[in-house]
Amino acid sequence: MQQKTTNQKAWFLVLPVLVLVAFSAVIPLMTVVNYSVQDTFGNNQFFWAGLEWFQEMLSDERMWNALQRQLMFSGIILAIEIPLGIFVALNMPKSGFWSSFCLVVMSLPLLIPWNVVGTIWQIFGRVDIGLLGYTLDALGIDYNYTQDTVSAWITIIVMDVWHWTSLVALLAFAGLKSIPDAYYQAARIDQANRWKVFRFIELPKMMGVLMIAILLRFMDSFMIYTEPFVVTGGGPGNATTLLSIDLVKMALGQFDLGPAAAFSLMYFLVILLISWVFYTVMVNLDKKGM
Amino acid sequence: MTDATALTPATRARSLPKVKGRAVVMTLYLLFLMLPIYWLLNMSLKTNTEILGSFSLWPQNLTFENYVTILTDEAWYMGYVNSMIYVVMNTVISLAVALPAAYAFSRYNFLGDKHLFFWLLTNRMAPPAVFALPFFQLYSSIGLFDTHIAVALAHCLFNVPLAVWILEGFMRGVPKEIDETAYIDGYGFGRFFVKIFMPLIASGIGVAAFFCFMFSWVELLLSRTLTSVDAKPIAATMTRTVGAAGVDWGVLAAAGVLTIVPGALVIYFVRNYIAKGFALGRV
Repeated sequence: MQQKTTNQKAWFLVLPVLVLVAFSAVIPLMTVVNYSVQDTFGNNQFFWAGLEWFQEMLSDERMWNALQRQLMFSGIILAIEIPLGIFVALNMPKSGFWSSFCLVVMSLPLLIPWNVVGTIWQIFGRVDIGLLGYTLDALGIDYNYTQDTVSAWITIIVMDVWHWTSLVALLAFAGLKSIPDAYYQAARIDQANRWKVFRFIELPKMMGVLMIAILLRFMDSFMIYTEPFVVTGGGPGNATTLLSIDLVKMALGQFDLGPAAAFSLMYFLVILLISWVFYTVMVNLDKKGM
Repeated sequence: MTDATALTPATRARSLPKVKGRAVVMTLYLLFLMLPIYWLLNMSLKTNTEILGSFSLWPQNLTFENYVTILTDEAWYMGYVNSMIYVVMNTVISLAVALPAAYAFSRYNFLGDKHLFFWLLTNRMAPPAVFALPFFQLYSSIGLFDTHIAVALAHCLFNVPLAVWILEGFMRGVPKEIDETAYIDGYGFGRFFVKIFMPLIASGIGVAAFFCFMFSWVELLLSRTLTSVDAKPIAATMTRTVGAAGVDWGVLAAAGVLTIVPGALVIYFVRNYIAKGFALGRV
């Protein structure tokens, strides 16, 4: 880690970023704060409502239900994607043509526009024209993601696993590649078996990148909107209405500005908290020089 | 490849099937990734009658009609043009402001630097759903609604922090002595930055540009909220396929395939940096 010099003039270099991000983040956020403490009867006449909306939202079943579904979704996809990603990374060729080939093919789902990801799975899962739906139907399995809650959940979870497992695998792979060969030689001398090599060499060395992977995946799954919206539209009923979907429904669909704003702020606070954990992990990693 | 598996002579003898096990795992995984994409491609090469009428694993009557529809209808191809315009605008703006800032973060301590760096990160993590409505009102009130620049500026919310973090990750790898030598040789800051420093982190700039491009390209919620006709992105145009006569599946699939193309074209060049880019330059 290089020593940095103190120079207050560096602020001038940061200024453009500050102005731009302040414009696109602070002003909108202040608008949200503004709405969250006011009520309106229309005609742009607002009056002070204090913490009313926050109280209303906190006692509202709707938000808690959405939060519950959200936590369930994030929990399930993490439980699948992290182990699967590590497993894939361990099996990836380490160098040569096939390594590049795997990297390129695995990155492909990451670069597809999110609504197209939704469209792909919407088509893929359809019983009449989709390969997955058709096959399951032909096997006699009752599968219909537009009407059946379980099918809908399975579809959006498999979709997310399809979309993002490669990210975990690529990060884990980057961690694996940074392990010096000497560690493996030492393990060979100690006659360590495959499991022990993984448990005592690879896993500890991957811990840093895995933390990043877990936090990134948690964060991004926590604000997922487009993909499940395209596939299920939040249905059947409200079965797959995750936090963002519910928020957009409330703000842009019903124009309930006050409650939506209060909802937004609480949502944002959760994100802030996780960001802070993420940042702390990053700083610690930087200190260790990884 | 076998260094981890060939631990003792006993296991070395069994290492051959083990390598095959790896290949099987990877083949299955890649197959899982490619199947849904293949299905989209397959559908885009069929006519609607064939899609709905019969079930086949590959097109029986190969047709490029769906692609022709998209590439000749202005309402369709303007979607791609609009997306391209705001994505490129966003990438240029993001990089232009992020480069000096990343340099400041990688080289200097200054009052509030850590708080600022953290604050930038929170914007990368901010849910677009929270910002959709305020953005709509902000850009409407300053008369920028339904313009490319509005979407480009809105995407700066998450792309500027991303670019700053990625570039900072690359810049810290450049030894500080280079800066000092250049200053002693009489280079001013501007000339040093453009002539010496930027070539040194060229790959970092490329990676940051790629990720700005990509995250702006894949985003839909904000770009859809901020546009109606003139700057409508391709992602929003795709909803056009749902008509009175049902969904035009073939065209929908073809439009989807065409949105994958830009990413697929450049992916090879950044393959070794994908992990680094997604982890904000921190791997």
